[in-house]
Amino acid sequence: MSILIDSSTRVIVQGITGREGTFHTEQMLEMGTNVVGGTSPGKGGTTHVGVPVFNTVAEAVRATEPNASGIFVPAPFAPDAIMEAAANGIELIVCITEGIPIQDMIRVKDFLRGYPRARLLGANCPGLITPGKAKIGIIPQRISSPGHVGLVSRSGTLTYEVGTALTAAGMGQSTIVGIGGDPVLGLTFKDVIELFEKDPQTTHLVVIGEIGGADEERAAELLGMGSRLKTVAFISGRTAPEGKRMGHAGAIISGNRGTAKSKEEAFRAAGVAVAETTDDIVALLR
Amino acid sequence: MKLLEYQAKEVLASLGIAIPPGRVAHTPDEAAVACAELGPVAVKAQVPVGGRGKAGGIKLARTPEEARAAAAQIIGMDIKGFKVPLVYCESALDIEREVYLGFTVDRDARANILMLSARGGMDIEQVAEESPESIARLYPNPWRGPLEFELNQLAFEASLGEFARQLSALIKKLYRAIPELDAVTAEINPLVVTTRGEIVAGDAKLEIDENAAWRHKDLDQRYGSVLEGDPYEVEAKKRGLTYVSLDGDVGIVGNGAGLCMSTLDLVQRAGGKAANFCDIGGGAKAEVVENALAVILKNPRVKGVLINVFGGITRGDEVARGIVTARDRLKMKLPLVVRLSGTREEEGRAILREHGIEPGASAWEAAQKIVELTKAPATR
Repeated sequence: MSILIDSSTRVIVQGITGREGTFHTEQMLEMGTNVVGGTSPGKGGTTHVGVPVFNTVAEAVRATEPNASGIFVPAPFAPDAIMEAAANGIELIVCITEGIPIQDMIRVKDFLRGYPRARLLGANCPGLITPGKAKIGIIPQRISSPGHVGLVSRSGTLTYEVGTALTAAGMGQSTIVGIGGDPVLGLTFKDVIELFEKDPQTTHLVVIGEIGGADEERAAELLGMGSRLKTVAFISGRTAPEGKRMGHAGAIISGNRGTAKSKEEAFRAAGVAVAETTDDIVALLR
Repeated sequence: MKLLEYQAKEVLASLGIAIPPGRVAHTPDEAAVACAELGPVAVKAQVPVGGRGKAGGIKLARTPEEARAAAAQIIGMDIKGFKVPLVYCESALDIEREVYLGFTVDRDARANILMLSARGGMDIEQVAEESPESIARLYPNPWRGPLEFELNQLAFEASLGEFARQLSALIKKLYRAIPELDAVTAEINPLVVTTRGEIVAGDAKLEIDENAAWRHKDLDQRYGSVLEGDPYEVEAKKRGLTYVSLDGDVGIVGNGAGLCMSTLDLVQRAGGKAANFCDIGGGAKAEVVENALAVILKNPRVKGVLINVFGGITRGDEVARGIVTARDRLKMKLPLVVRLSGTREEEGRAILREHGIEPGASAWEAAQKIVELTKAPATR
């Protein structure tokens, strides 16, 4: 078992003919991901890296019955691509694209309320991988190995770093999920932890957070209410300087939440071990 | 992009919001002329950061002489790390009451939030803490914007029912900054009700989403050049790097924001202090590493550099070669420690050693090493 994806997940890649789309589709195929199609408007009917290409998600859905999509289109077109996937019944939408304007994402989030079965991961995220089975996105396969640790993170390279350390220590992972670092995003720590909690293969959990927002605090609250997972949390950015703020609006709504201190305290209060450095994570998890 | 007050007010005026008459002054003489023209003015420091009033960046002037003196004091002053480049001289208002009005992104709600309070002014954050109920809030639908009744409701909830009609019209104008300009913060505090019953923007804060800069090239052309920031940050931006200046002496290069931040944390833990945050993003190509080093080495405070690269798909030997090339091209003499991880990391480390660069086995070890190397000369 695992969460969100496995070998049976039928994946399409939106923007499959682009540079990034091409490279990462190849990587996804190489580890055995069931990539059933891709989209690229105007290139429908062709084949790319051995995968059939369609003009629209609607066409791809009719021909290949996918249930997940990886989005690799440039930022100006990515919001529309997310909505196109949701409107065509895709259940897991993974948006790798970085640099999407916040207002576009706010409108997308509102649009997605009309499609409660669609789950969005990202944007600006590395995607997810179930080691040895399948992946959507850009997480390198070699940082992972099959096992029982659920790993959820807001950062890309830090995820690779921790995945590598876990793998080297013989602690394989059930699924690794990079939720992305944008202020307005899809699945949150809390959403992903709830899924790990229900997955029998997952026995341990690593949460890699960052300063800003209150998603880590919410995740800590959830874990504090009782969890069967042995959990370690790590927060990056404890020495980052405070942003030079202009207005008061941000402070009015967020108060003291968002600092590394507030997040670490929230996890400790929930009985979760907090790692000082990424090197400490493995030892604390044993 | 954070606009200065006078720029934000120009934008508000273009949206149809009333602003007091004002003039930009680059010199004390220009401030004196502005005062002669406008009568009593507030001379206000123009910096893209809050709290300038409390920092002494706003002075009232009744005569041109007073305006000249105020401007002489304020121009060049340092406010939270920003050197004041110019002042804005604005007609003093006859204030009846001060209201708070602000839009921002509520990241936890994944939505825009509109806030209105009858208790505007400098202490609004304290008001928010002590009596949050005195700030009325609305999450407008992002596709259609706020509706008339929602704004009416908001005004009454904020105990500003008597101004409901005027406020509703004004808020609709301010809201346009969100869909049309990609504002992530649009705040008027205070929003002044004058003794004559007019509603005027006393101050204005406007921040435009950097991710949407491609949609607003006009704004950048018009205002971007005035916003002189930290010289290294300006240089880094030109080179397309994510860079923030800090006050330590260890230069930092990392790939990925999270990894970069955790590298700063490690350097601090090892007893050092980072000179910057510099995220070179995914691939760690030679050219990008060179750009990053070039900016970091411009800072005379920097005594050494730590590069922390996790090559996901990028090959370690390629990254190592890129680093060596960049160092040689820049004729870099300062201590350099590289922590490299990824495919072919062993080959990468061998290449570094061959060229006299210290590889760190782990990020923590590398952080300790660079701190040791940068501290050494001082203790000698």
